[in-house]
Amino acid sequence: MGILAWTWILVGLSFALYIGIAIWARAGTSKEFYVAGGGVHPVLNGMATAADWMSAASFISLAGIVSFTGYDGSVYIMGWTGGYVLLALLLAPYLRKFGKFTVPDFIGDRYYSSTARVVAVICALIVSFTYVAGQMRGVGIVFSRYLEVDINTGVYIGMAIVFFYAVLGGMKGITYTQVAQYCVLIFAFMVPAIFISFQMTGNPIPQLGFGSAGEDGIYLLDKLDGLSTELGFHEYTSGSKSMIDVFAITFALMVGTAGLPHVIVRFFTVPKVKDARISAGWALLFISILYTTVPAVAVFARTKLIETVSNAKYEELPQWFGNWEKTGLLKFDDKNADGVVQYVADKAVNELTIDNDIMVLANPEIANLPNWVVALVGAGGLAAALSTAAGLLLVIASSISHDLIKKLINPEISEKGELLAARISAGVAVVIAGYFGIHPPGFVAAVVALAFGLAAASFFPAILLGIFDKRMNKEGAITGMIIGISLMLFYMLKFKFGIFDGGKVAVAGLKADWWFNFGNGGISPEGFGTIAMAVNFIFSVIVSRLTPAPPEHVQEIVEHIRIPKGVEAAQATH
Amino acid sequence: MSKENMKAYWKENLTYLAILLSIWFLVSYVFGIFLVDQLNTIKFAGFKLGFWFAQQGSMYVFVILIFVYVKLMNTLDKKYGVHE
Repeated sequence: MGILAWTWILVGLSFALYIGIAIWARAGTSKEFYVAGGGVHPVLNGMATAADWMSAASFISLAGIVSFTGYDGSVYIMGWTGGYVLLALLLAPYLRKFGKFTVPDFIGDRYYSSTARVVAVICALIVSFTYVAGQMRGVGIVFSRYLEVDINTGVYIGMAIVFFYAVLGGMKGITYTQVAQYCVLIFAFMVPAIFISFQMTGNPIPQLGFGSAGEDGIYLLDKLDGLSTELGFHEYTSGSKSMIDVFAITFALMVGTAGLPHVIVRFFTVPKVKDARISAGWALLFISILYTTVPAVAVFARTKLIETVSNAKYEELPQWFGNWEKTGLLKFDDKNADGVVQYVADKAVNELTIDNDIMVLANPEIANLPNWVVALVGAGGLAAALSTAAGLLLVIASSISHDLIKKLINPEISEKGELLAARISAGVAVVIAGYFGIHPPGFVAAVVALAFGLAAASFFPAILLGIFDKRMNKEGAITGMIIGISLMLFYMLKFKFGIFDGGKVAVAGLKADWWFNFGNGGISPEGFGTIAMAVNFIFSVIVSRLTPAPPEHVQEIVEHIRIPKGVEAAQATH
Repeated sequence: MSKENMKAYWKENLTYLAILLSIWFLVSYVFGIFLVDQLNTIKFAGFKLGFWFAQQGSMYVFVILIFVYVKLMNTLDKKYGVHE
């Protein structure tokens, strides 16, 4: 059977599964819609969190990015896993004890202020919308590459599926679908990785395989270091970024992870405080299975690619090369017209342009794996994109129906009315996300990475201080959030979009002006969230000490969330 | 729960956090970033040690840290009688 037939079968089966789960897990109350009734088993919540967290970018693009940047790619590997330690130790158990539905709920109640709640809702909407647009686009791209349909048709199919289980099932439907999606995506990622690891090193465990030697007895990493320097690239296992920037980006991604609303809200779905703690552990374990495999896949794919194409005659290249050339992900431009592929770092001589995504998408073909394995990658990519999109849509829906309508506009709304409002908001959000998927604004790709900086600069300090600093008041928190997010937006607009210096064309030239340059390069916009977060902390603390302490009942809330006992009582009294 | 007990519980919790987060910082930022060049001179199997911490080791430690924290806190909750 061909790749296309296999892909239709595997994608069809996985979609039937998701829809079946959605019908089985319909939400009957608003509590089920927002937090799955608070009764999800911690291991299942860990799986759902992992699927929620790992987007199309983790599944498709990450290995490619690491593959082409080597050590520098570590910022994403550590940055997108280390945040879970912060979540588990500093936020999740306390927010679970607090016992509400959303992040703006916590900010609004802890800082006894509608202003704080509105600021939090706006931040949550900005972060979630930029993120979800990228996911819908990812769905379209996977459809078009694997099922040979138009990208827009792919987005429509994706919208229909997400609409079905997000609107119908709310958090309950999403959670159980995400569990299934985790299984699909991890299987789809690991099978090719294990095959390739065994093929190249004789060791079936990729995490060990990429530290082993190939058939020629040379360690794979040494070989790749050698090949890279030979072709003029930097040594694979060493970096090219400044140390301060590597530090700043890693930190911003970690703290940003811990501040993202669609991740935090997952810890409201488990029954107890101790479940929230352990469920963060399970989530990270499930995520790490993929994330520890990524560096291995990166090394296998890069080595294999260089060995296959470098100085090979174009006429004699294998079939997959032509296949992927058609998609535009591989481009060969025979500059010196000798019919041989020159793949080198020097841009004037280099003849091969490779898209990051190809490292995962084409890997099974490059390694000559069976057709069903190639098809599996398509189903896995869709699972990753759909699960993240659904999680984000839920945050958007509950921000509107719960935080805006129920808490600010119409507190008298009935349970039924709120549930209906939540469903309508989810439906509208799907349509808007689909619109952005079909007409992607040029800035989406750039902003997704920066969403972490924005979350780090706004939410993280406000939540952390709300738990660990009893003296923190609304004046401090609001000032901190506004200054933090404004500073981050300013730096982003200045250095990522060149707004103050003549637009996009000026961006490259501004690199020399990056702040905190101690000789070998400053901090990039991606890493600036670390600085903006620190500024948020400083202002919050200073302002709070110069203004009145929070009222008695708020200090009691803080004492209350610090001990696990009495979760149910907490919900009854608020 | 009395005020004193509550304070003592919270203090022990903060001590755990300080220790665990120091390890978190050590394996990722110190081993994986600040001292990466020095550690890269040490090799085991085909890995340079600094590179290995940045792309493998730190994550293994992260996972262990969370499970250790859960264990410590569950014991602490029982000790002060605040478990659910």
